[in-house]
Amino acid sequence: MLRLNRGTKIILGIITLVVLGFMYIPMFVIISNSFNSGRVSGWPIAGFSLEWWEKALINPAVHAAVLNSVIVASVATAFALVLGTLAAFALQRFKFFGQHTVNLLIVLPITLPGIVTGVALSNTYYQVLKPMGINVGYWGMIIAHATFCVVMVFNNVIARLRRMNPNLEEASADLGAGIGQTFRLVTFPQFRPAFIAGGLLAFALSFDEIVVTIFTAPPGVETLPLWIMNQMARPNEVNQVNVVATVMILLSLIPVYFSQRAQRTSDAR
Amino acid sequence: MSTQNVRERAPRPISTALYRHPRGRLASLLTLPMVWLVGVYILSLTIMLVTAFWMTDPFTSRVKPGFTLENFVQLLTVPAYSMTALRTLGIALAVTLICAAFAIPLAVFMSQVAGPKLRAVLAILVTLPLWAGYLVKIIGMRLVWTENGFFNWALEPLGIHGPGLGVLTVIFTLVYLWFPYMAIPVYSAISQIPANLFDASSDLGARGYRTIRTVVTPLLLPSLIAGSVFTFSLSLGDFIAAMYVGGSTQMIGSIIAQNINLNPPLAAAFSFVPIVLVIVYLAAVRRTGALNNL
Repeated sequence: MLRLNRGTKIILGIITLVVLGFMYIPMFVIISNSFNSGRVSGWPIAGFSLEWWEKALINPAVHAAVLNSVIVASVATAFALVLGTLAAFALQRFKFFGQHTVNLLIVLPITLPGIVTGVALSNTYYQVLKPMGINVGYWGMIIAHATFCVVMVFNNVIARLRRMNPNLEEASADLGAGIGQTFRLVTFPQFRPAFIAGGLLAFALSFDEIVVTIFTAPPGVETLPLWIMNQMARPNEVNQVNVVATVMILLSLIPVYFSQRAQRTSDAR
Repeated sequence: MSTQNVRERAPRPISTALYRHPRGRLASLLTLPMVWLVGVYILSLTIMLVTAFWMTDPFTSRVKPGFTLENFVQLLTVPAYSMTALRTLGIALAVTLICAAFAIPLAVFMSQVAGPKLRAVLAILVTLPLWAGYLVKIIGMRLVWTENGFFNWALEPLGIHGPGLGVLTVIFTLVYLWFPYMAIPVYSAISQIPANLFDASSDLGARGYRTIRTVVTPLLLPSLIAGSVFTFSLSLGDFIAAMYVGGSTQMIGSIIAQNINLNPPLAAAFSFVPIVLVIVYLAAVRRTGALNNL
């Protein structure tokens, strides 16, 4: 144990409080402003009202945006699950020339700034494919999201594969199971938790993504983050954004709860 | 007879072929991901690289294929552009330093001062903002730092007036956005330091501060560097924060976003600034060997 005198402990405590205040005051102010009776967000709020909650919850644009976000994140996650798992098996089970390059290739879309990915893909969609008569439309956004989601699934699955016992698969093959049957009955159940975790992370990443989406969303289509951005430009309606933001803060408790529970079960083992 | 119980094995041509040919197995695994990543991503990056050497006709504003270094020359010679690149670099470095400066005392407090209960609560409190939406955090920062925002209201009795929306608020916001990426690895590194190192340090006469400075911080260096990769490269490419809390502050991303429709070749040329800076940073970090410990 690090021996610290009282003064140092107090200073460290104050720094911790400052960090927490810095993190949580903005969220607290957002939540308060979702109940603001005034038109303009600020502090202190003008008065209590549920007007913005009512408006936001029945706003068809919000419903459409949520639906778009769910569709894009689900389809992108499905692609990422397939691609990320295949790549994880290839890189974990084989030693081959160019392995490091392949690894870099998978990590690259998340390492480079989102704006680079966005601009590069939008350049391809609108300057190359469109003149050729190919209109990517809605799929352009899904393809872009899937590209940077692959790494989430890949990282989780490969970490699990490294700790798996390969003899079980050999045993299954010796007992006459084919590749498909072995995968279904022996291999997949072993890495299923990592597969699900990777999928959830990919979904969360896609759901929250804004920069790549700005450049790849087809005209007139809004995901939830895009709706928030467009709504911010209408100053009189900005408190509706605070309602949606409050809901998003509350939703963030779900993954925290699950990761905490997963932590506790792994500590218990 | 006993042979009756032995089932005839069904022939499995595909399984057998794949078992006999590991190369075939590898190819069947790798083809789809590689076609996707190379065909979609690398191809697009390459096309963008090429576009950066093209021209935009100033009269028709149509992109003309060709070869010119004009876009890169502009980047270096137009003062507004080169200043923006430098400003962005400065912001990214400041964000990284501030994150590191707060992550260390926070980690020390969590692992050495707080009891197990408080530690668990703090761990949740530090990770929760990670999930709370990127735009949500930017909106929150905008709300608390504007003229009629929370901090001006809270600090007014003390006679302090906040910085308003500007470069400083952009730095604060980026710290807010990326701080968990620094705090989490630093905290997990400090929890792994064996307690007898602290005992040894205090037996040799070092007090708390000195132990933090000369024993803890060097041991945290790999995790600080790992965290800095995120804080630095994520800050470098950001432009949404500058848009909402920066007032008139521009970053590299702002210039790319403004030019993507008007002058795609210039936007493409500008995209290479963050790519080059991230690569230089990663190469510098690689030399320290910290990435091997990730």
